[in-house]
Amino acid sequence: MTADMLSHDLSLLTPELMLAGGAMALLMLGVFLKGAGTPRLVHLLTIGLLVAAGFAALFLTGDDGQAFGGAFVLDALAKYSKVAITLAAAVALLLALPYLESEKLSKIEFPVLVALAVTGMVMMVSANDLISMYMAVELQSLALYVLAAFNRDSLRASEAGLKYFVLGALSSGLLLYGASLVYGFSGSTGFNEIAIAVAGEPSIGLIFGLVFVICGLAFKVSAAPFHMWTPDVYEGAPTPVTALFASAPKMAAIVLLARVLLEPFGGMIDQWRDVIWIIAVLSMGVGAFGALTQQNFKRLMAYSSIGNIGYALVAIAAASQTGIWALLVFMSLYMISVVGTFGAMLSMRTREGMVEQISDLAGLAQTNPGLGWSLTALMFSIGGLPFFVGFFGKFFVVFSAVQSDLLILAVLAVLFSVVSAAYYLRIIKVMWFDAPEVNFVQPAMSIYWVTRVAGWSTLLLLPALGWMVYRAFSVGLDVL
Amino acid sequence: MFSELDAFLSILTFTPAIGAVIIAVFRFASRPEDQGLIDKNSRVVALGATLVTLLFAGLMLLEFDPAVSGFQFVHEVVWLEQIGMGYRMGVDGISVLFVVLTAFLMPICILASGAIEKRVADYMIAFLLLETLILGVFTALDLVVFYVFFEGGLIPMFLIIGVWGGQNRVYAAFKFFLYTLLGSVLMLVAMIYMFLQAGTTDITVLLDTAFTPQAQTWLWLAFFASFAVKMPMWPVHTWLPDAHVQAPTAGSVILAGVLLKMGGYGFLRFSLPMFPDASAYFAPMVFVLSLIAIIYTSLVAFRQTDIKKLIAYSSVAHMGFVTLGLFSMNMLGVQGAIFQMISHGFISSALFLCVGVIYDRMHTREIAFYGGVVHKMPVYAAIFGLFAMANVGLPGTSGFIGEIMTMIGGYQVAWWVGAGAAVGIILSAVYMLTVYRDVVFGEITNPKLNTLTDLNRTEWIIFVPLIIMTLLLGVSSTLVTDITAASVEALISNYDAALAAPAQ
Repeated sequence: MTADMLSHDLSLLTPELMLAGGAMALLMLGVFLKGAGTPRLVHLLTIGLLVAAGFAALFLTGDDGQAFGGAFVLDALAKYSKVAITLAAAVALLLALPYLESEKLSKIEFPVLVALAVTGMVMMVSANDLISMYMAVELQSLALYVLAAFNRDSLRASEAGLKYFVLGALSSGLLLYGASLVYGFSGSTGFNEIAIAVAGEPSIGLIFGLVFVICGLAFKVSAAPFHMWTPDVYEGAPTPVTALFASAPKMAAIVLLARVLLEPFGGMIDQWRDVIWIIAVLSMGVGAFGALTQQNFKRLMAYSSIGNIGYALVAIAAASQTGIWALLVFMSLYMISVVGTFGAMLSMRTREGMVEQISDLAGLAQTNPGLGWSLTALMFSIGGLPFFVGFFGKFFVVFSAVQSDLLILAVLAVLFSVVSAAYYLRIIKVMWFDAPEVNFVQPAMSIYWVTRVAGWSTLLLLPALGWMVYRAFSVGLDVL
Repeated sequence: MFSELDAFLSILTFTPAIGAVIIAVFRFASRPEDQGLIDKNSRVVALGATLVTLLFAGLMLLEFDPAVSGFQFVHEVVWLEQIGMGYRMGVDGISVLFVVLTAFLMPICILASGAIEKRVADYMIAFLLLETLILGVFTALDLVVFYVFFEGGLIPMFLIIGVWGGQNRVYAAFKFFLYTLLGSVLMLVAMIYMFLQAGTTDITVLLDTAFTPQAQTWLWLAFFASFAVKMPMWPVHTWLPDAHVQAPTAGSVILAGVLLKMGGYGFLRFSLPMFPDASAYFAPMVFVLSLIAIIYTSLVAFRQTDIKKLIAYSSVAHMGFVTLGLFSMNMLGVQGAIFQMISHGFISSALFLCVGVIYDRMHTREIAFYGGVVHKMPVYAAIFGLFAMANVGLPGTSGFIGEIMTMIGGYQVAWWVGAGAAVGIILSAVYMLTVYRDVVFGEITNPKLNTLTDLNRTEWIIFVPLIIMTLLLGVSSTLVTDITAASVEALISNYDAALAAPAQ
């Protein structure tokens, strides 16, 4: 490999290199710098690093192309996702700082682990080879296992971390097994080569391999029936970690899944569409019905995320340009809403400490109208009700499904959205109809503003939706 | 002069929302101890915003050219051009009167909310947003924009019923929301399908798009699911009595006065012109459902012990006349259906306000509690009597015109349709006169009623415009029919042409 080619390849990896190098540097800084303010300094620097990586992904990577013999690809889809992932992780870190400090958890490892996880995620959306895919997924997962159990003195957090690790390891095994089958039957690990191998009548081994790969990735996006870990991990992990879990890794994994299915296995659409169809319906169903009786807000959001991943899978099942941009718009809007919702959750602090039951929100629209109204808008938005941007996310998803003649899937999707509206309404009911019970203390500035801005954006983004669709539209053109 | 202003309809639609934003800003900017002041002033702001909207609606009606059958005041903004969606507004002879009706009823609702004492600012914000969303439904000329307004209206109404409603408000609010949402989502899928067939969501283009008869059947059913629930038609009407009984008076007024008209408007705007073959195919089913609604719910109304519930069931029955008239698809029937919707907007609103008057004084709606109200409230008794008669369809009131027109329209289709509707009119006299006798006449047996006082000044202001409109439309029906004639004529001729054309 010549120096020229190397520098070209490396230029495509600018954000990844920044993140990996930055994470190491920050770790060193944290280790060698003594003083009470170090964790905070490292934390803030990491936020800066993530934002800088996002900008680098947008402006510094230059032309699209492939690197390292096709193991890494940079295209519009990867760029869009990288910007979304880094920014979402930055906001999650912003939410985490006041929480960690008040819970006496502030350690330098936390932001560094997040930076490493994000490195894995931005690699995931660019993976163009089974090996680079697996490495990226593992880098991301291992960092997240630790983060889930970060509050190591808490029994629930340790349980969440262990559960997440064991099931995550199982899913990695499935993924790896599937990858090995695919390699065995196609003769290559590169996505470009696999795409050529699956053209024509695919062999049974390839189908087996693909199904295992889908199962492994379905674990990562927490799609039903591989969703079991989600409620426990969401509930047990520290709230800002859950905020991270619900946003950036979901985006990375769903984009990876979309790329795997549409690019290397695009020729096997007849085989995988039914699988995705079933997983999508199960996820929407589990998300809608599972959340109905939840009392814990975080558990409820876990089921909500399972349901929403179901909608994202509907867009993938559409397997079209429309599907891709619908997926991106949907996931972007979902991440904004979900980060705002977790901001609201972090504002649920009484004098005694954090609370997380839905009943603790009673009368919030009266006692704390600013927070109450924001959370109301966010709930309506995630629920996909019109006049909030979340509606358009779901609308585009259903649109892509109808366009691809998946009418039954589209009808099921809208019917499940009615069921899920019931539990979003329940939260609004508690906030608006019930008598006030507890008073929350004033949250930290960062939490306050993340919640408010996310709340407002559910309405204020409406005029900008055209631009957003335009951006995502060009991504869709690019992929297929 | 206003027709030259492009955004006139948008300004009209969003004027109440601007009022809501003003209240919200002051509500959030003020200290908690000033809430009392904010509450007081929010009533004034809300009334002002709704009156300005009414003014705009009046100006629009003056500028409106009834001779034109197409859309007027059209306004278009590029929004999601890559996929052919846009923000488009416009009114024609069918929708213009609903805009005016909404703008007319809203100030009355605000005035009738004097009994609301808690969280007044939030209440006013919800009402103003509701008005914008309703106006948007009638002015939208784009499928998606229509849907957004149509669905969005559920949210403020949900809060109005749930926060300011009666004992069983949570149940009623959820039932209202989920029932109507379930009806609407299927329409969304149908809309997407139409969008993909026609390549645009522009309603003016879709009106000229011919769908295959088979597609029409499914599309019609999906739209029917939504509009039948909204209307509401038997057997999906059960959310309405609950919502009405639990909603505060002004909420009931807007629910009966305007929200129910969205269903009828939807049939006129989408089902009939866009799916003529399917409409003709399903018309007998609609007639049967309408007649069941008229007769069955009239009988149910007769057995009610709660005045509000009785009027709610009577609304279902009267909406039966509307669907009956619409699907008769002749000039009299459709004109009559529109007339009936407008007239019902005034009469049922007035009846709910009448219930509100005694409810505010006695805090009960049980018919058995009352009796002999006339001795204490003669003016009230006269007004209640007028509207009860209008509801029955007494000649000289607007209720008569709407019912007779739809009935004749139905008779032109089949004799049994007209006959069934006539039975409904008799039954409506039975329950209305019974409840009127039980509440108003007789001796006062309940000592609590001795404290009753007659109408106060605000209540006078509320009722006078409604009385004027009911009597005015009763003697001069051309006020409505002249405006709708051109559009309805175009609708029917297009419909007949589509049916006459050989099926593809």
